[in-house]
Amino acid sequence: MTAGAPSWTFTEDDFGAITGSMRRFLDDTNSMCAMLVDKSGQLVTTVGSAPGLDPTTFATLTAADFGANDQLARILGETDFTTLFHQGERESVFVADVARRLILVVIFDSRTSVGLVKLKLKPQVEELTALLDVAMSRSRLGVPQQEKLLHGAEQEIDDLFQW
Amino acid sequence: MSMINYASREINCKIVYYGPGLGGKTTNLEHVYGKVKPETRGKLISLATETERTLFFDFLPVDLGTIRGFKTRFHLYTVPGQVYYNASRKLILKNVDGIVFVGDSQTERMEANLESMQNLYDNMAEYGYDLTKMPFVVQYNKRDLPNAAPVADLQAALNPGWEVEEPAKCRVTPDPYHAGENLVEQIATGEWVERAPFFEAVAVNGDGVFDTLKAVSKLVLKALA
Repeated sequence: MTAGAPSWTFTEDDFGAITGSMRRFLDDTNSMCAMLVDKSGQLVTTVGSAPGLDPTTFATLTAADFGANDQLARILGETDFTTLFHQGERESVFVADVARRLILVVIFDSRTSVGLVKLKLKPQVEELTALLDVAMSRSRLGVPQQEKLLHGAEQEIDDLFQW
Repeated sequence: MSMINYASREINCKIVYYGPGLGGKTTNLEHVYGKVKPETRGKLISLATETERTLFFDFLPVDLGTIRGFKTRFHLYTVPGQVYYNASRKLILKNVDGIVFVGDSQTERMEANLESMQNLYDNMAEYGYDLTKMPFVVQYNKRDLPNAAPVADLQAALNPGWEVEEPAKCRVTPDPYHAGENLVEQIATGEWVERAPFFEAVAVNGDGVFDTLKAVSKLVLKALA
């Protein structure tokens, strides 16, 4: 169960496994770009590319979009909308919940079909959920690395703001 | 909740500017956007109505420098100040690392300030966040207006302080930004209280904007140390 884990840390191996899985998904579906975004809008990773795409902005707006739709679902008595689809003339976007913690964003164009992306999306979400479960359960056992990273760095932080 | 990305060597933190409608939250972000070097900031995104009132949020990513080889990247958000948009406002607070409350100094906006501050505490509490235990600064904006209330009145109404519970924190802590004032002190009734750091600002001219941002960013990073 991954929901509600307060913090977690990816190791390089986790990160490699997650990006590898997303790359395979891009190849299998012939999509342009896939992003993994934290529900607070922070970009975790991106693979592939789309012309003119600013991943940071895209990640933030996706999280807001997903958050707003999550609330709409609750108003309707649904627990959540696990997948959203935005159809454009040239490019379209699928957005899916992963482990109730992250959001998978897939951008694709006419070189593939909605049906194929949708078909492959479900097993992809399951695969990512399994990978995240491993990372999160490990984080629950050990001290998160982020607590150590800036430990004792008070002076360096002060120096950073000498502008 | 800050996110540390070891792959891209980035520390990502989320700061939210909160406060009553037309108080100057968006103006704060616009000033930051205009003043920082283009290579250290992303796009300023505004989800606003046709009359430029914030509908959902404004968003600006800025890099504030490198620490221990990690880029410190702050995501600055504003919320819609209008009472009507509480659902959107609450969404933006999710996983926040630091809060700036932008108060409107005009005397006639005091009630709106109080309502917004109460709303902030309520929305934070719904997520289980305790505002008194996280990076939080208050900015009194529009100090140049003739109808601006005295800072002492604003402090008394909006930042009167909260009781300090930990005995270790019960010691006089000077306010580094205001000589002769304290952030933690014992009041006449014998209780120890702590107040959020505060800043005076005229956001439209940029006065106080970076002081506020620096203070809250520093508190956020120190919370990780």
